[in-house]
Amino acid sequence: MNVAEGYFYTKEHEWVKIDGKKAKIGITDYAQHKLGDITFCEPPEKGLNVKQFGVITGIESVKAASDIYSPISGKVINTNPDLEDSPGLINSSPYEKGWIAELEITDASETKNLIDAEAYRQYLAGLE
Amino acid sequence: MANDKKTPLFDEHVRLNALMAPFAGYSMPIHYGSIIEETKITRAGCAIFDISHMGEIIVNEDPSNCSLDRAITVPVTKMKEGSCKYGFLLNENGTAIDDLIVYRIKNNEWMIVVNASNEIRDYETIKSRLAPSAKIQNISDDSAKFDVQGPASYDVMKKIAGTGLAELKYFTFKKFPLLGEDRIISRTGYTGELGFEVYLDNANAAAFWNEAVKNGAVPAGLGSRDILRSEAGLPLYGDELTEDITPVEAGMEKFIDFEKEFTGKAALLKQIETGVEKKLCGFKIDGRRTPRHSSPILKDGAAIGTVSSGVFSPHLNCGIGMGYVKPQFAEIGTAFEIDLGRGTAAATVTQMPFLKSASIRMTLK
Repeated sequence: MNVAEGYFYTKEHEWVKIDGKKAKIGITDYAQHKLGDITFCEPPEKGLNVKQFGVITGIESVKAASDIYSPISGKVINTNPDLEDSPGLINSSPYEKGWIAELEITDASETKNLIDAEAYRQYLAGLE
Repeated sequence: MANDKKTPLFDEHVRLNALMAPFAGYSMPIHYGSIIEETKITRAGCAIFDISHMGEIIVNEDPSNCSLDRAITVPVTKMKEGSCKYGFLLNENGTAIDDLIVYRIKNNEWMIVVNASNEIRDYETIKSRLAPSAKIQNISDDSAKFDVQGPASYDVMKKIAGTGLAELKYFTFKKFPLLGEDRIISRTGYTGELGFEVYLDNANAAAFWNEAVKNGAVPAGLGSRDILRSEAGLPLYGDELTEDITPVEAGMEKFIDFEKEFTGKAALLKQIETGVEKKLCGFKIDGRRTPRHSSPILKDGAAIGTVSSGVFSPHLNCGIGMGYVKPQFAEIGTAFEIDLGRGTAAATVTQMPFLKSASIRMTLK
């Protein structure tokens, strides 16, 4: 499984990439693989305030509908417009083109509740 | 999964990295990488499905006074040798124990192909309805079965079984030389495309599979099969048909010959006369959301029915489904909503099949 460097991860298989006060979030390669072909990703509402590990939106694959949890608290300032017609970008490019939302971070110190790439890799190894 | 039965192709599926999951007591391949890709390949080229989990029951009986003819809805004595026919095994109250396809092998011999989950119950039920002079045999555990489906399926199959396959019209079968013996090949399938079903013994299963793959058939799993049969508007036992549903409610009375006697006939005639309380309809979702089994169907916020099955259709680029609603809402063009848990989705009742296939009745040369 591909695990991108420089990202933080949750044990629910979401990622967050922090850039100053902004953060992009998405789901990991492991998660997209488990879900199978993604057919729909509901755009999170702009302006929505989410808490760390709170539900931010929903995603649907050929197999099931699932909740997506935000790795960090913040306000939704952007959503990925390309996912509307091509939710399969989450499968083909989970860490780049398949990003789901951009947040304005409320509390950057919350990253202490997340794991880094190396720790996530070890976590995945334990799941196999 | 450890206790699940395995088809003769199990090792091959594992070698191909299939995602295996329990289905009807078997460990079956769901996909080999992408359900959507396998769906598209079946509609554009040729796919092969291992459906050895399905059951086969052989009945031998004198057709002049045929108890099998009364045991199921299929008019087995009217069928021509070499033909296949779809029908039902019903309870006295007209509800479905199973749906099935009957093959008339010889004047006094039929093969009944049934769903894996119902095989034992079907066998016992049919046996209990047969006259003592009839013979019945369950050959399910000894037989393998493959679906080779798609517009290019003839190109693949003729390399293995010869151009004689071109004689086969839709819903007929014949024995063709294959792997050193004559095997039943029928022009049937459950995808809405041109296709062939091949019946083999377990020992030859892997050899045929590998020969088909070598000649261009792409392995596909049960995930794509569910999308394909949904796009073709075909029912699935456990979803559209259950022991609580009659073929009249499912809108399938056209597959029933009411000229003959069969268990459940009186109940169906009564239901046709008095009318049904629920009726199957097909619907398209406005957008990409997927309706799921058991999702409530709403009209102006009030419950009017339940989704029996739903998928994302990669060919229509929207969610599609089937469901049971009060009859007045089953008319083509009716608008309603599906409760999807996270909000509702607008849907419109649509003529089935959703996808008008170009290849199912293709003329072969």
